[in-house]
Amino acid sequence: MIGAPQPTYAVEGRGLVKTFGDFRAVDGIDIAVPAGSIYGILGPNGAGKTTMLRTLLGIIDPDEGHRSLLGDPAPLRQARNVGYLPEERGLYPSMKAFEAIAFMGALRGLPLRIGRERARAMLADYGMGASAEKPIRQLSKGMAQTVQLFGTIVHEPRLIVLDEPFSGLDAFNQGKLEALIRDQARRGVTVLFSTHVIAHAERLCERVAIVAGGRVRFEGTVDDARNRLRPQVRLRTRASDGGWRRALPAETMAQDGTWHFALPQEGIEPLLRALLDGNAGIESLSIERPGLHDAFVAIAGEAAARQMEDDQQREEAA
Amino acid sequence: MTELMRAAFVIARRDFTAVVLSRTFIFFLLGPLFPIVIGMAFGGLGDKISTTDLRPVVGVAMSPADAARMERAHARLAERMGPQALPALRRVPLSPAPRVQLAGANADVMVIVSGSPARPVMTGQPQDIRRLEGDISLLASAAVAEKSLHMVQVEAQQVATSVGAQTQGRLVIGRIAQIVVFFLTILLAGMILSNLVEEKTNKIIEILAAAVPVDAIFLGKLMAMLAMSFVGILFWGGTAFCVFLALKTPGVSLPEPAIGWPLFLMLAVIYFAMAYTLLGSLFLGIGAQAATVREVQTLNMPVTMGQMLIFFFATYAVDKMGSPPEVAAVILPFSSPFAMIARAAQVDTLWPHLLAIAWQMLWVGLIIRIGVLLFRRHVLKSGGGWWKQLFRSATG
Repeated sequence: MIGAPQPTYAVEGRGLVKTFGDFRAVDGIDIAVPAGSIYGILGPNGAGKTTMLRTLLGIIDPDEGHRSLLGDPAPLRQARNVGYLPEERGLYPSMKAFEAIAFMGALRGLPLRIGRERARAMLADYGMGASAEKPIRQLSKGMAQTVQLFGTIVHEPRLIVLDEPFSGLDAFNQGKLEALIRDQARRGVTVLFSTHVIAHAERLCERVAIVAGGRVRFEGTVDDARNRLRPQVRLRTRASDGGWRRALPAETMAQDGTWHFALPQEGIEPLLRALLDGNAGIESLSIERPGLHDAFVAIAGEAAARQMEDDQQREEAA
Repeated sequence: MTELMRAAFVIARRDFTAVVLSRTFIFFLLGPLFPIVIGMAFGGLGDKISTTDLRPVVGVAMSPADAARMERAHARLAERMGPQALPALRRVPLSPAPRVQLAGANADVMVIVSGSPARPVMTGQPQDIRRLEGDISLLASAAVAEKSLHMVQVEAQQVATSVGAQTQGRLVIGRIAQIVVFFLTILLAGMILSNLVEEKTNKIIEILAAAVPVDAIFLGKLMAMLAMSFVGILFWGGTAFCVFLALKTPGVSLPEPAIGWPLFLMLAVIYFAMAYTLLGSLFLGIGAQAATVREVQTLNMPVTMGQMLIFFFATYAVDKMGSPPEVAAVILPFSSPFAMIARAAQVDTLWPHLLAIAWQMLWVGLIIRIGVLLFRRHVLKSGGGWWKQLFRSATG
């Protein structure tokens, strides 16, 4: 599986453009997914994530730009080394669960006999051994989704592309999927997934691309994204006023008796000194690194962040 | 190419097993037997219809002696010409006048012949008189010459072979082969229209399109449906062969096609496969554009009409070997298999078949490629120029 030499980037896209009529779904996207990494594409619904993935995988051709998958400019030539879970899940309803997994593997070059053996083992390991012989139409939505996920990885690909993999899963299965993604990454597999749930990306990804309006607004490590914002300071004091207040930054906001402000450029020490000297009476002081959500809001804008939250709520309600 | 065929085979295997192992496949196999069963059930009625005398009835209003001469003449001529060749005769009263008899409520003859055999007079509607006057003239002539009319004995000189009869026989084989190939194609290829709807409605198409070239999806589906058709043909053909053996009259042999039966049957299978894949690839391309089963059903009628036109074109040229229409039918890809199977029955040259098969295969490839291109553009919404897409490799 990992024997073949890995290119620096498992997935690369340069200047990708894809329009549907007058709508520019992907508008000049540059992306580079390092081999062996877990990479997240973050953005609200309609941001262009799926179109970007489909373009990178060779399902559709871009109107402009170049792409390469595992170093190959013709993505379908690398089909044997790639696993793909589309956003719209689909399986043949009359196929048995283990056959469906083996079939998906066979599509990508895995001999059917081996596919069947692996499928049975995967289902058994996952606690779904009893469902191996059942037709897909008799499985629950979550089970069918698991079958499709196994079909995505049964041929032991070098790159796994998952489009909104957590959507439709309950919290328990989301946790199992996260574990599976980490396990694949430990084996050296590159995992690229799209999501509109920031928490998944924050927990899993080394690098992220924040996409909005068909463009990549940020591309880099999660730390880089978070570091774009200064750490936030929360301060509670016994005294509500005094000379020490002049030491607080100008943009400081008070909320429920707590002072909120970004960590000053010169650090916390001068402020601390002023607070102590001014008898502010420090009750609590915390310095918090901004989360990916804060970084997303700062990068993609308030509207995109709100839309992501709405998408998530809609999905949870469904 | 190997990868394309491998992927196509995976798709074909899935489709083939999904169809053949389903319960509905039994109905598919038994489908052609339903008309036979229904035919047998209504056999009594059919027999009755076939034995009902549908000949026009001519009333004979002559003296008893003349009427009897007419009847004897009828019997002698019918013996030579067959019972259905002449109108039936029925005696009617001499009075009232024929005109009055025909106007009566109980009239049951088409025309009335009065007078005598030497001077017959026909009364009836103009079109009926035109239709029957030749027959009545013949009958009356035979009645007049009753005594002197001697039937000449034909001397038979039998030959072992007759090129003329062989030519006629081969023409018949060619026509029958065309009809069989056409009906098998029209019966079986229509199913391909709805072939990609399952993948689209179940959202599997994206998994397939991401894993294998769309060309392989199309090719695999064609292969599966062709294999399924062969299962059906094997079943029906086997049944028909058993029936043929059971009902075969001893001493009666079938005429031989120009290239001999073994080669002819082999070519018939190949031309069926070519006709099937040619039409199938077109249907697949058209059907792939449809989003729902309803759209597919709407497309069925014009597609069937197109098939009929192609068939009529091929049959028109069957007895005109080497004529411009026949050559055109051979060159036109969709009529080519039908025209070539008729040619195999009548002409013993083999190389045109190799050329025709290669030509038809080229068109299958081209039609699949165009279908794929349309599918990528209109269903997958993929971009790129027409010509670039048409000639690029399947894996992009």
